[in-house]
Amino acid sequence: MNAAKIQFPEIRLKVNGAERRISVPPMKRLLDVLREDLGLTGTKEGCGEGECGSCSVLLDGMLVNSCLVPVLQANGCEVLTVEGLATNGKLADIQRKFLELGGTQCGICTPGMMMAAEYLLRQNPHPDLDAIREGLAGNLCRCTGYMRIIDAVKHSTQTPAPAAVSAPTDLAHQGNGK
Amino acid sequence: MVQFQPGPSIRCHENINVELLLTLTESNGAVISERKHCLHLAQSRYASKYAQPVKVRKLGSLIMRDTTQTRIVGTPVLRKEGFGKVTGGARYIDDIALHDMWHGATVRSRIARGTIKGIHFGGGIAWDEFVIVTASDIPGTNRIALIIDNDQPVLAEKQINHPEEPVVLLAHPDKARLHEAVAAVEIDCDPLPAVFTIEESERQQTIVWGNDNVIKRFQIEKGDVDSMWQRAAHIVSGEYRTGAQEHLYIENNGVIADWSDTDGLTIQGSMQCPFYVHRALLRIFDLPADKVRVIQTETGGAFGGKEDYPSIIASHAGLLAKKAGHPVKMIYDRMEDMAATTKRHPSRTRYRAAVDPDGRLLAMDIQIDLDGGAYATVSPTVLSRATIHSFGPYFCENIRVRSRAWATNLPPNGAFRGFGAPQTIFGIERHMDQIARAAGLSPEEVRRRNFLAQGKTTATGQVIRDPLDLPGMLDRALEVSGYRAKRARFARENAMSPASNSIRRGMGIASFMHGSGFTGSGERFLNSLVGLEADASGHVTVCASSTEFGQGTSTILSQIAAEALGLPYEDVSTAQPDTQHVPNSGPTVASRTAMIVGRLVDDAAHSLAGILREKNLLGKEYSAQEFRAACAAYAAKIGTLRSEARYQAPKDIFWDDAAYKGEAYPAFAWAVYVAEVAVDMRTYTAQVENFYALQEVGHVLHPVLAAGQIEGGVAQAIGYALYEKVVWKDGHMSNNQMTNYIIPTAADVPNIEVYFEETPCEHGPYGAKGLGELPHDGPAPAILNAIQDAIGVSFTSIPLLPEDIFMCVAQAQAPDALDTVASAERSE
Repeated sequence: MNAAKIQFPEIRLKVNGAERRISVPPMKRLLDVLREDLGLTGTKEGCGEGECGSCSVLLDGMLVNSCLVPVLQANGCEVLTVEGLATNGKLADIQRKFLELGGTQCGICTPGMMMAAEYLLRQNPHPDLDAIREGLAGNLCRCTGYMRIIDAVKHSTQTPAPAAVSAPTDLAHQGNGK
Repeated sequence: MVQFQPGPSIRCHENINVELLLTLTESNGAVISERKHCLHLAQSRYASKYAQPVKVRKLGSLIMRDTTQTRIVGTPVLRKEGFGKVTGGARYIDDIALHDMWHGATVRSRIARGTIKGIHFGGGIAWDEFVIVTASDIPGTNRIALIIDNDQPVLAEKQINHPEEPVVLLAHPDKARLHEAVAAVEIDCDPLPAVFTIEESERQQTIVWGNDNVIKRFQIEKGDVDSMWQRAAHIVSGEYRTGAQEHLYIENNGVIADWSDTDGLTIQGSMQCPFYVHRALLRIFDLPADKVRVIQTETGGAFGGKEDYPSIIASHAGLLAKKAGHPVKMIYDRMEDMAATTKRHPSRTRYRAAVDPDGRLLAMDIQIDLDGGAYATVSPTVLSRATIHSFGPYFCENIRVRSRAWATNLPPNGAFRGFGAPQTIFGIERHMDQIARAAGLSPEEVRRRNFLAQGKTTATGQVIRDPLDLPGMLDRALEVSGYRAKRARFARENAMSPASNSIRRGMGIASFMHGSGFTGSGERFLNSLVGLEADASGHVTVCASSTEFGQGTSTILSQIAAEALGLPYEDVSTAQPDTQHVPNSGPTVASRTAMIVGRLVDDAAHSLAGILREKNLLGKEYSAQEFRAACAAYAAKIGTLRSEARYQAPKDIFWDDAAYKGEAYPAFAWAVYVAEVAVDMRTYTAQVENFYALQEVGHVLHPVLAAGQIEGGVAQAIGYALYEKVVWKDGHMSNNQMTNYIIPTAADVPNIEVYFEETPCEHGPYGAKGLGELPHDGPAPAILNAIQDAIGVSFTSIPLLPEDIFMCVAQAQAPDALDTVASAERSE
């Protein structure tokens, strides 16, 4: 704790569209940088070994487990987290479908699960049941039995570019549980 | 598509008894069956509600009543806390940081049993930077006692009783420094002999608990079992085993503790039961009730795994925070959580049944043995529920059940969805299939001939008073699953040569029940209290300690209050469970929240409106606008508007703890599940291809949440049956990683079809019963019954992994020769 402060090389990330510059140990996990240094706690840690997918984010469009990515590997990359799915406080379609169709229960796997769904829908806007099951198989959920998650993905459309969002549903007033 | 349609014969008798004719029709209008349900409704509002025509609609895979008579209850309103969960805004404990917060870690025993000689702090660590806590730092009693006194130490002082037992606590401002510090602490022990299985414990050569290793025992005696064996046409015996199961909630256990010399201890964290933690901390810290505050944060799954364990981690973080003078966060990593926290009790059940020539049960003698682990924790009540569910949904005049929970030197086993029932339902439902074979009946027919029915008694002497139509449920389950046609087709296909078809398919059934609420007199002791508060704007807050951890507590309690008060759903919310601000509505366990706590919310809502009427601020009929105006007037004239409701035991429910007889539960949920399974004879992999879950859980409060509970429970139970194996090595879980403890993924779960039969229950709000645990009880035996149907081998133990199937099948060329794994003594 009283060791001299080490100056780490600067890491540049574009997180949810915003340029971020940070000086952190280069082997620090991207997951911890997002949560601790950038305050984006929506991305969760479930296992720390790349099994559960709770920490899933898109890194330059690729679906990764952020617990397995040293931040230096993400230097200069674009990162999309759950916080980047909604546009101007309006839920993306995938978020709305998870909410309406019961795709979230305890919610701890939900951010990672939605990122996997987002990735799947970008690759394949109309996935069949097998493709959905396969696309979500890297993300563990212990609550839902996956049925309603699969349903939510089936009924979601690929997130359109922000400009193309038309009359999104504002559901903020529903979220007054706590 | 099939539909329930209201018959013309709905009649009301003095608003108490309602006869409802339910007609099952095909979509073309052809009548499949008609069934009369007789509802005994104590309150006229239910009676008038159900005297109205009942419509049905199909929503996805489930068939639901269209609740035209309720505005909010029974509708798929959005989950109260759902917005935060889909945006990443929900704050779980690891998402919270306090100013100047340190981090805590636990040094645990590496041996199973022994005596501590000393604790050594190794070199290379700047120990002066750490805060170190041992048992001597505990200001009060070094014990956590949920059910039995002086049960479990907070920190081991002299005696070690299981691997991973906490001994020393460390805190440091830098979380990254803790790992090597924990590894540098050496606990010097003299090892003692240990026991790791039920068999080793019952041998009683090494005594690790009391005089005989028995933590708790129960006995049920009904009728005269011993006189029946001679009269039996068939006597069928079998032994069944279930393994430990890890909850594997995706959020590990975690808390933040904050100590203040003036205000005492504040804990926030992931938990099911804030008042359990509160009670534990009072004793450990020797503090008065107002100096301990426990707050539940958003909780990422629990399944029973956060029922009693949070008392341990909260006390640890509290001790560190007090000594450090800083808030201390303790979050287990996955390996620690899996190795150190509770599991489902492993079990061994033995069934001996006397059956008459028609396949009817004459007598059952049941022996249940559970592995409780090193301390009692909740084992006595798990054993109780296991005992009361061991005879299944069957009527038998003569039943003896003897059950014991054994102490071993495993980490204590604890609460897990189902709470003992999955273990004994596995036994009885596997055994019913063996009885069917002995009696020459089909699995469905032997069940049909033995089902409990209205007016009949269970083994504890409980008379089934509610309407109950298990034969009808069985018919529907067989119908929706296409059971008969598939079973016949599979039999033909299975007879094909292995060269042309290596897949063997089968169908399996389980019929079962799950009691809602605490067992026996438990709810009387809990004496739960719920409060409602309305502010000047007319917004109503439900104040209860009942926690949301995914199952939908916040949503259903808000629905009930909004329904009862005639308000929009948006006008009601739930308070964050905080022991300083909410009354104790009891623990969030035992499938009790919807039925017991929901009823209290309903009662409190009616009395809230009653208070406004007493002050002449509200008429008999009112609009939401008038309610808001009344609240504003009340706030201006009188102050905060509050009402409350306390649990009152139903007058006709009585339980005798000493004799272990009476009404074990105010209501049971009932179910018939059908599994369709394929076994690949090249890889010996069993895969559930379709699963049909039909249940009667009273009136469904929220169709999407209810179906989600069933689907999630079925998936977890598929894991229990086919994937999830805890590998023990000297009492230590050696596969304590998600890499090698395998739970079902989206690619593994079958299509799960959920069907609700709705017979409103008078004990629950709007006719609801508990349903959260039910779906974990039946799938495992249904799956193994289907495997026996597919390959002719009666497996008696779960988890059933491909290597287990291989070992058994490889031993015999002809599968038929293996039909004796569950030994069937047959006498004519």
